[in-house]
Amino acid sequence: MGFSRSNAFRRLRLWARSRTATRVLALVLTIAIVPLHSADEKHIVIYAPGTTFSLPVTDRDGREYVGLLESVEPLGTVSARVDGTHWKLRYNDGESDFTASRNRARVRGHDMDFPGNFLLENNRGLVPLVSLGTLLPRILNASVSFNPVSRRLFVGNVATHFTAQLSKTTPPRLLMNFTAPVNPTIATEPGRLRMSFTREPLVAPGTPTLTFDDKSIPSATYLENNGVAEITVNGGTPLMASFSNDGRTITIAPVPQQPPGPPQAPAPAQNLPSAAVPGNAPKAVPANATHYYAVIDPSHGGDDRGVALSDSLAEKDITLSLARRLRQEFESRGIPTLVLRDSDVNVPLDERAAQTNTAHPTIYVALHAASDGKGVRLYTALLPSGVENNGPFVAWDTAQTRLLPTSKAAAQNVAAEFQRRQLPVRTLQAPLRPLNNLTTAAIAVEVAPASGDVADLTQPAYQQNVASGIATAIASMHNQLGGAP
Amino acid sequence: MIPRHLQIAFGILLLAVLGMGFYVGRIRGRAQQAEPAADSRPVAPPAPGPTERVTLYVANDAGGILRAQAASIPLPYARQQRAEELLRALLDIYLGKDSPHPLAVGSEVRAVYLVDPGLVVIDLNAAFANGHRSGVLEEELTVTSIIQTLAANIPDILRVKFLVEGKERDTLAGHADLSTMYDTIAVSQLVAQMQ
Repeated sequence: MGFSRSNAFRRLRLWARSRTATRVLALVLTIAIVPLHSADEKHIVIYAPGTTFSLPVTDRDGREYVGLLESVEPLGTVSARVDGTHWKLRYNDGESDFTASRNRARVRGHDMDFPGNFLLENNRGLVPLVSLGTLLPRILNASVSFNPVSRRLFVGNVATHFTAQLSKTTPPRLLMNFTAPVNPTIATEPGRLRMSFTREPLVAPGTPTLTFDDKSIPSATYLENNGVAEITVNGGTPLMASFSNDGRTITIAPVPQQPPGPPQAPAPAQNLPSAAVPGNAPKAVPANATHYYAVIDPSHGGDDRGVALSDSLAEKDITLSLARRLRQEFESRGIPTLVLRDSDVNVPLDERAAQTNTAHPTIYVALHAASDGKGVRLYTALLPSGVENNGPFVAWDTAQTRLLPTSKAAAQNVAAEFQRRQLPVRTLQAPLRPLNNLTTAAIAVEVAPASGDVADLTQPAYQQNVASGIATAIASMHNQLGGAP
Repeated sequence: MIPRHLQIAFGILLLAVLGMGFYVGRIRGRAQQAEPAADSRPVAPPAPGPTERVTLYVANDAGGILRAQAASIPLPYARQQRAEELLRALLDIYLGKDSPHPLAVGSEVRAVYLVDPGLVVIDLNAAFANGHRSGVLEEELTVTSIIQTLAANIPDILRVKFLVEGKERDTLAGHADLSTMYDTIAVSQLVAQMQ
């Protein structure tokens, strides 16, 4: 398990690079991303090739200070040691020597002065924030661009630039093109749409205020503060943002007005905005499409065989067989049902979620099979605590949050039905995609052999009993789920 | 009648073959001594620091549960090394004889990184993920066991991210989501259901 610090951060940089564009696209439509820091505290954000990190800024004698070791630690192989009043820093092959309460240091053989004294606190070396602009180029032996007012520091050529151009279509659209994928936090309020870039090395355009000759989108402003760059688009009407080109293009446009139509009483799930789909465009549901009350998802398929239940039996085959029986059970109860795959094909998880969210069903049931254990296990999504999806967008990874109580109620109801049928049953939460991506009540059913013998899974009577149990329980709680079958 | 010189030549060849066979046998014996039996489990280096009492959350396939199990292991003072030692102790149980939740031979935690305050990144090796048994519950037990063991013994861990060979991976073995960051509070609540 041994590893060097430089290797560790190299791996983390690789990890950051390997995050797919689809993930970026998914997250850009969220209002809840992992913040780099609290908005109330002073921070500096350092952007370097392959990594972005935030450090706290502390005040000492009316001057802003930052830890020097922490400032360079993610960028290379670093060590520091205290020798009396001297604090010696080694970064890669370069030595630096700082002296407590002195404003002069020796960096890579050169004496350097900086504004304010070097502080040594509990073996931790602190330098004045403004000195990073002069110290880091020498320590890192790389070009550094630093804005001490906004506390944003760029190492090397990492800047992301953008252009904004208004397309005078009807309705008008503001096209913002970025030189690298971006993933801003988006907030809307009356008359403006605000995009906060906490991790992207976004740099200012030629002028901080961009004006457009249009009433719907008259202007946009750029500002940066406390490590965050922010673009605010001002609008005469409510605005929405959409993403394309692998996160390199953001299109701002007025929110389309709902056409007048007969009032409907949608199910609770339908009141939620659909979570955006990373990578794959959701398959459009025609306006006159059937409204499916239930969506059945036979897990796995194609080259994804799932669990090898025996030498010749794969999970994907059992789930498909169960799905067909469950559809029959639903439809015999007058429940319109969509099955996400009805053949041996591989459907990506994101696409399964997209199809479900686009269909706006009242209940989603994923089917799994297992060889271990006995009976049936019912799962609902495992979501982070304290997450709220307030606002116009739903976070892809936590889209299920608002529906989780309904999903749990559905799982309990199905469990009660299985108990009535004397089938061993257990309910749990699980980190099982795409449950957390769904904006409808969602459960997963994992069917294990009734007696411990894998052959049970292929028995028509057992499959029918499981399918009938699920359908009976779901049909019995249509009032609770909020939609009529 | 075979000529005498052919008899001598045949005898020499026979001796040479026997001699070569003996020589090859010795070389193979030495090679086997030099390379111990294929046991690719990680070799535990001696861990400095005093022995401490910790709680490991051990998965048990028999009941599909997690059990809190007290253990005394030598723990370093540094948080990162503590995390590594805790997971080493946990994996020793899973890789041992009579394991309650067997993992594939060669399963290893390559490294544990404490990145942001509260964020732990756990890098598993390929053998761990590729050889893991597939199934919702089996994978969930592994993931929650690791997270809860860290969260219970190292304060202020808020989120856990898994990598495999330093890279992101969608699922552990087809089910448990590895693409997301795990919230330790949510996992603790789940573990309470699984005990």
